[in-house]
Amino acid sequence: MFKLIKQSPVSARIGMLIVGLNLAVALFAPLIAPYEETGVVGDVWETSSSAFLLGTDHIGRDLFTRMVYGARNTIALSFTITGLSFFMGVFMGFVAAVKKGWVDQGISRVVDIIMAFPTLIFALMVLSIMGPSVPTLIFTIAILDSTRVFRLSRAVAMDIEVLEFVEAARLRGEGLWWIIRHEILPNAMPPLMAEFGLRFCFVFLFIAALSFLGLGLQPPLADWGGMVRENAGAINFGILIPLIPAAAIAVLTVGVNLIVDWFLHLSSGLHE
Amino acid sequence: MENLTQLIFKRCLASVATLFVISIIIFIGVELLPGDVAQAVLGQQATPETVDAFRKELKLDLPPMVRYGAWLKGVAHGDFGNSLANGRPVADQIGWRLGNTLFLALLTSAIAVPLAICLGMLAAFYRNTLFDRCISISTLSFISFPEFFIAYILILVFSIQLNWLPSLAAVNENMGLGTRIYTVLLPAMTLTCVVTAHMMRQTRAAIINVLASAYIEMAQIKGIKRLRIIVLHAFPNSLSPVINVVALNMAYLIVGVVIVEVVFVYPGLGQLLVDSVAKRDLPVVQASGLIFSVVYILLNLIADILSMLSNPKLRQSRI
Repeated sequence: MFKLIKQSPVSARIGMLIVGLNLAVALFAPLIAPYEETGVVGDVWETSSSAFLLGTDHIGRDLFTRMVYGARNTIALSFTITGLSFFMGVFMGFVAAVKKGWVDQGISRVVDIIMAFPTLIFALMVLSIMGPSVPTLIFTIAILDSTRVFRLSRAVAMDIEVLEFVEAARLRGEGLWWIIRHEILPNAMPPLMAEFGLRFCFVFLFIAALSFLGLGLQPPLADWGGMVRENAGAINFGILIPLIPAAAIAVLTVGVNLIVDWFLHLSSGLHE
Repeated sequence: MENLTQLIFKRCLASVATLFVISIIIFIGVELLPGDVAQAVLGQQATPETVDAFRKELKLDLPPMVRYGAWLKGVAHGDFGNSLANGRPVADQIGWRLGNTLFLALLTSAIAVPLAICLGMLAAFYRNTLFDRCISISTLSFISFPEFFIAYILILVFSIQLNWLPSLAAVNENMGLGTRIYTVLLPAMTLTCVVTAHMMRQTRAAIINVLASAYIEMAQIKGIKRLRIIVLHAFPNSLSPVINVVALNMAYLIVGVVIVEVVFVYPGLGQLLVDSVAKRDLPVVQASGLIFSVVYILLNLIADILSMLSNPKLRQSRI
């Protein structure tokens, strides 16, 4: 593992640095943040000073504190959703690949229909019916996202499923779960890991977009997309405050993408 | 050739089936509402009598099958029912806004498609040079950026610092084409940044793929200039993937406009949808969701048909 990281190219190291920093900030948020998450401590849109590192937001909360807690909320939410979507997608994909027949047909057709919808429109419609609460948000995006995971994991599992060792396990009389857990999952890991990164980016940007539209995490919880929305008016006075959370979103996405690129490069076997 | 018509016919049939299922899902979605629409709209304080009257007005007392039939018939005649928020017919609100959204999408594609194809050709021409690398790094970052980040940077530069373009795209009905384009130039530029990246990368990859063929080598041996080879010999043969990615990006554009419309307060369908979701104005959500889905599915269908037509391998395949 360490050897692998030592050999990594500069771009992947930058990516790891970005992701590592963000994770550290998210984990130790209460230790890093100088103020309370929702505490009003200053004037509206103050410029940066020794008291307020990045200035204050539209109702006088410390922007640095909001950014730190925002990292925690947004990353935790995206991570939960990606995890859930992977769990569902991989599970269904593997079952479809191993069972084949009508199980495969059934799941595949449902996935086709969900994928025929534009994702954002689907999510907006569900949110308008159920109302924007955190569990609704998690399940809606996880289900939408799991369709993409399903397609990939089904394709990967189909390739593995025809190999001799799976056949041997079948002849030994092993059950469905044993085959999925011991034969298919370990061999499907590399492409799924890279996909996890890509999916995380997608979910993260999606949450940011929904929060920006005012339909994601609800205030007073800090959230990067929501912070852009709340402070959007400042841009007309030439104040850069809404760009700070927007830039944070962009930087984290680029960071994850850099790592994914390196990972894809490694697993494709193209060693230059 | 008969094979191809069959293939296209099948693809169209699949789209019609998808559309049908989607209309059912959109309709049922509202049915799934905990409690029912009347209760949700009127709130907890409403008396049972008001709720009952409201249910009658929305025809909620009829069985779902009958209501689905009536709704579908209405939609086919351009009648989407009345808005819950202000009681006006949904179709009145949507017509003008749909036109605005399509105008923005068309303007964007008029800028983005030629730009992406030119950049793609240039990147293929100067491949593995500094120029190519600069283009590929900048497009990669544009893919990773959220739309509103690009939008606010453009606002900051072009309307706050330089004061060239308006930061709000406030169009109205009696605007000339020129003023209209000037007003929506900034949102169009934002969307261009977002979609150009994908199209340009695909163009570059497709052209480089073709450059390895024998007839390109032949052209090189004949002594034809490299730029001429790329534009006249390589590009026409890489059209299939390019057309496909262009059509897919148009489909993306229709959905991507939602966020950009909100940033620039542009009176389009996307903004209406977001507003209605916040107000839980379900008929409007249903109608705009349906329109977005139909356009999205149609563009995907066009993308598939065009790539079938322009790909000789697909022309012979039997599925």
